[in-house]
Amino acid sequence: MATAQETLAGAPAKPQEKTGEATAVAALISPVEILRIAWEGVVRNKVRSLLTMLGVIIGVAAVIIMIAISAGTEATIADQIEGLGTNLIFIQASFGRGGPGGGGDSGPTLVFDDTAVIESVGGVAGTAVDQMASATVKADGVTLTDVSLMGTTTDFPSVRDVSIAEGRFFNETEMERSAKVAVLGAGLAADLFGESNPIGQSITVGTTKLGVIGVAAEKGVVGNTDFDAMLYVPIKLVFDKFTPTMFRQFAGDRVRLIYVQVEDGAGIDQVIQQIELKLATAKGVAVDELPFTIQTQQDIIDTQGATTAAFRSLLAWVAGVSLIVGGIGIMNIMLVSVTERTREIGIRQSVGATPNDIRLQFLTEAVMLSLVGGLIGVAAGVGGAILFGATSDMRTVIVPSSIVLAFGSAAVVGICFGFFPANKAAQLDPIEALRHE
Amino acid sequence: MNAQTIIQTEALRKVYGMGDIQVAALAGVDIRIDEGEFVAIMGPSGSGKSTLMNILGCLDRPTDGRYLLAGEDVSGLNKVQLAAIRNRRIGFIFQSFNLLSRTSAVRNVMLPLVYKREGQLSPKEREARAMAALEAVGLADRANHEPNEMSGGQRQRVAIARALVNDPVLVMADEPTGNLDTKTGDEIMNLLHDLHGRGRTIVMVTHEQYIAEQTERTIVLVDGRIHTDGHNGGA
Repeated sequence: MATAQETLAGAPAKPQEKTGEATAVAALISPVEILRIAWEGVVRNKVRSLLTMLGVIIGVAAVIIMIAISAGTEATIADQIEGLGTNLIFIQASFGRGGPGGGGDSGPTLVFDDTAVIESVGGVAGTAVDQMASATVKADGVTLTDVSLMGTTTDFPSVRDVSIAEGRFFNETEMERSAKVAVLGAGLAADLFGESNPIGQSITVGTTKLGVIGVAAEKGVVGNTDFDAMLYVPIKLVFDKFTPTMFRQFAGDRVRLIYVQVEDGAGIDQVIQQIELKLATAKGVAVDELPFTIQTQQDIIDTQGATTAAFRSLLAWVAGVSLIVGGIGIMNIMLVSVTERTREIGIRQSVGATPNDIRLQFLTEAVMLSLVGGLIGVAAGVGGAILFGATSDMRTVIVPSSIVLAFGSAAVVGICFGFFPANKAAQLDPIEALRHE
Repeated sequence: MNAQTIIQTEALRKVYGMGDIQVAALAGVDIRIDEGEFVAIMGPSGSGKSTLMNILGCLDRPTDGRYLLAGEDVSGLNKVQLAAIRNRRIGFIFQSFNLLSRTSAVRNVMLPLVYKREGQLSPKEREARAMAALEAVGLADRANHEPNEMSGGQRQRVAIARALVNDPVLVMADEPTGNLDTKTGDEIMNLLHDLHGRGRTIVMVTHEQYIAEQTERTIVLVDGRIHTDGHNGGA
């Protein structure tokens, strides 16, 4: 249709069109062209585009990885809580009234003999106690200070779901007689004896020599307790050797915690009521004056749930902030780009680009940068989360909604932070812009 | 001879405010340029010729007065409407070419068609029109080269192709030979003469006498007013 001759000549004697009429301007140029122009802007300066996207890439990847880590942590904790043992009740001395060191004259405390009272309640399958002390432990040239000692009873492995990897746990006789035996947590065994077999070796705890009869399997940290760093000894040994004599005279054979395992099918609430009643009777106080906190496993799961939710939202905030930083990066570079490309803007204006065309061009470019950055970020985030889970001892679980969230946020970031530079470009005066060097 | 009037200005004024001091870059300019004329605008620097150029090219608006472009009053239009007028009615040729340096010649020439709003062309038609325009300036074989791979003369010819691609009623040339050596400048002038010979209306700003003398008519501006306006003897 168009020929070179026509182009040079122009249409002769063209009739006057649209004389005096206010010029109405159609809103949009072709969307395909807008995309093409923006794409040209992105690829024309690849290094700058990549640097611009870097913030978004890192932000999106951070969101996905952080959420994967927190979901992994939650899954781990859920597994561990399952590992607490089922149908467990925790009875703990409340602090404040007759608290530790408070002496025997200020009311009842939780003592070892209470286990007998508790075991007489119907529905109770077994109990274990837990009294902590700490001491310096020496073995074979290795000295560890502040090792946690847990004085407990024979049912502890079954009640707390700790299995014995080597040797055995102490038995009833050893417990009653305060036998000088010890079972090591897996980590502690490795610290003290390294590769060699600890069974049959002896260790010095404080000033007392104990024979190692068993090593527990790895269990990790549950709640606040690091089972692997623990030294398990018969509870009576703790009373005899690791409790100050004066304290024992006042406080009796006090324990920190009593674990109660409830028989399957027994109503846990009724069992708790019965225990409270019997303990109150035994101590000669009213039920509501018992200075004990009684928690079920469910209570602990709830507490953990709240903690992990807080952890998760903290991570989400951190990741969100990095996305915003990424957006500011886009804005920065786009502002520089607008200044750098002032001449280009002037040229486009001179051939008929409206302020809106220019705004749309730069906005599209910003959104394109953040979407491409978002895609790369999703790939990096998923890859990073898998790699992190495989190479570290933390577990990661990729949450599909986090991908949608991160990618969506990247788009929003592009629009929000692209708007200011795009507006700046749109408001340039064509004469000034054409004069720009 | 019933030529259409392309440019008609009445008492065109442009005043720049600098604090309390007001400077009139244009102090009442009346010009009439008919279809098919080739007009040179001259004047010392500060005479207002750039300002006049910007207003005639619809890049700027006058403070007072009327400007009719091909019969349409454009003196009161807003930025958006002016952009549309530039797109539809005016082709620019600049001293420094003003091409997108890392975009192929054919994409550069296509640019006015991209921003064309009425009767948008399909990408194929746009390409065909741009190619035809490049062919008209003798650069069809360099269509896919970028301007930074071209000589100054070639760049200016790409710019001319771009100025023509939308079939404007007015071609505005701002020192079109200013960045070129004499020989190349002559080639460009020959191209402009060719356009003129085929009926195009061209308004050219220049400060070189021998360039201005090649046109039919020279308007000399001094202090924002028309100093002389006359037909060149030799042309």
